[in-house]
Amino acid sequence: MNTKELYQQIILDHGKNPRNLRKTENFNKDAKGYNPLCGDKVHIYLKLNENKKVEDISFEGQGCAISMASASIMTDLIKGKEEFEVKEIVNDFLDMIKEKDKLNNNILGEDDKTKLMCLSGIKQYPMRVKCATLSWHTLTSAINNFKEEINTEDN
Amino acid sequence: MNISNIKEEFPIFNNKIQNNDLVYLDSANSAQKPQVVIDRVYDFYSKEFSNVGRSVHYLAVAATNLYENTRSSVQKYINAKDKNEIVFTKGATEAINLVANTFGQKYLNKGDEVLITELEHHSNYVPWHFLRKSKKINIEFAEVNEDGEVTLQSIEKKINNKTKIIGITHLSNVTGAILPVKEIVSLAHSKGIPVLVDGCQGAPHLKLDMQDLDCDFYAISGHKMYGPTGIGILYAKKKWLEDLPPYQGGGGMIKEVKKQGISFGDLPNKYEAGTMATAQVIAFNESIKFLEKIGIENIQNHEKVIVDYAVETLKKNNSVELIANPKNRGGVISFTIKDIHPHDIATILDEDGVAIRAGHHCCQILHDKLGVPATARASIGVYNTKEDIDKLNSSINKCKKIFNL
Repeated sequence: MNTKELYQQIILDHGKNPRNLRKTENFNKDAKGYNPLCGDKVHIYLKLNENKKVEDISFEGQGCAISMASASIMTDLIKGKEEFEVKEIVNDFLDMIKEKDKLNNNILGEDDKTKLMCLSGIKQYPMRVKCATLSWHTLTSAINNFKEEINTEDN
Repeated sequence: MNISNIKEEFPIFNNKIQNNDLVYLDSANSAQKPQVVIDRVYDFYSKEFSNVGRSVHYLAVAATNLYENTRSSVQKYINAKDKNEIVFTKGATEAINLVANTFGQKYLNKGDEVLITELEHHSNYVPWHFLRKSKKINIEFAEVNEDGEVTLQSIEKKINNKTKIIGITHLSNVTGAILPVKEIVSLAHSKGIPVLVDGCQGAPHLKLDMQDLDCDFYAISGHKMYGPTGIGILYAKKKWLEDLPPYQGGGGMIKEVKKQGISFGDLPNKYEAGTMATAQVIAFNESIKFLEKIGIENIQNHEKVIVDYAVETLKKNNSVELIANPKNRGGVISFTIKDIHPHDIATILDEDGVAIRAGHHCCQILHDKLGVPATARASIGVYNTKEDIDKLNSSINKCKKIFNL
């Protein structure tokens, strides 16, 4: 793995033109995340409907290509999922980034899994793993309704 | 000692870093260590170790003498009037905390103002912030201008009759600006205000003369001066060290301890409670000797050539934007590249062995003002060469290529 392989086209594309970079109208869950080491910030907005399905998800923030791409890809594939599915996907992604070499959930299709696996290269750069995980931890906190800001140094 | 092959004195450059020659451009963060400093730590622990200032056996006396020799060397190096004006701390951060704590305790009251600048490192802001809560003081910030400088005028603007102490950096660790410290001290003293200088970036690169500068306090970081970690220096005028209360309590800093009361030791013991970083202090003497051997004028001249070359090279590289343009610049160059976040830059540079820092460099107030959350920073040490800058530039070009710029 070299940086040319780390920064592949899909990451550069999502990093430069992040999807869902806006604020959901009438959101009913949200959380802020912050990485004090690099100053990356993210604010996740969720709208769950009465059946606990994600009707809309969006984010605001600034950060490096890895963190922006991660938030962008995440919001793209979380939309339309049910709350319990979101939790399973988040856990699966965080496990994969930490130690596993593939995703094990049965919720996402192969295309979505391939997109997410583009972020797996970050494992080789321990100081940068938090860039990829910040938005995911923040999503968990939004789902659980923690109001306190997520700080990557607490994890 | 010849500066042109000074890299040879630093063993780290003999090693490959991920199969690359190391291009170390992170000296403002911490400097690499010459062999003499590394050897001194080893030799002291292997042949001479004992605690200092307490026992009467041979090793204790010898270690105490070595420890005090460093104090004398530092005194001469910074031209302090008195040896007892040198206090060892665990770092510059502790030195500033010592002043904020003891000065705050004795002299600051509700409504008083501490004047610092927008350039300050968190270590010259957060210690004063504690006094906002405990003493209800206010903190004022002298403004940084477009070129990344803090001028005498911007300090003057913020001084009023509530200003009780001024804390300024000597050399900004983000913009590289060297502040007109002597003029600021003179202005402050004309109004009866003491001045603390954060000398973390100044001390490794500039000629220091405490009697000429006339500041009241000057904080120094040992590891940025090619010395070991875990050692810093607080220079303070004797009148302050005699006048202010002790900072930490413990062994070594007392005169007499009774159930009814305690009297404190004389200088410098009053401010050195507990077992100090003995080996580091003793090895720091080698850092001072190393700098003296090269000569601070030679260091300044060499680093100016390298920093000027770096500024010129990066200015020519389109899409690189330098974030400051101070007229009087030390060896710090912060920059951004449009459409590439500094952390992505740092990761790609690292692959080529080019070590820089990316982030807010412990200066969030300044980055808020600049309107960017993070910058990339290349900082120069005595061992850097024009070839290092060329490698930095070619790695920056690689970033642009990867990001299709």
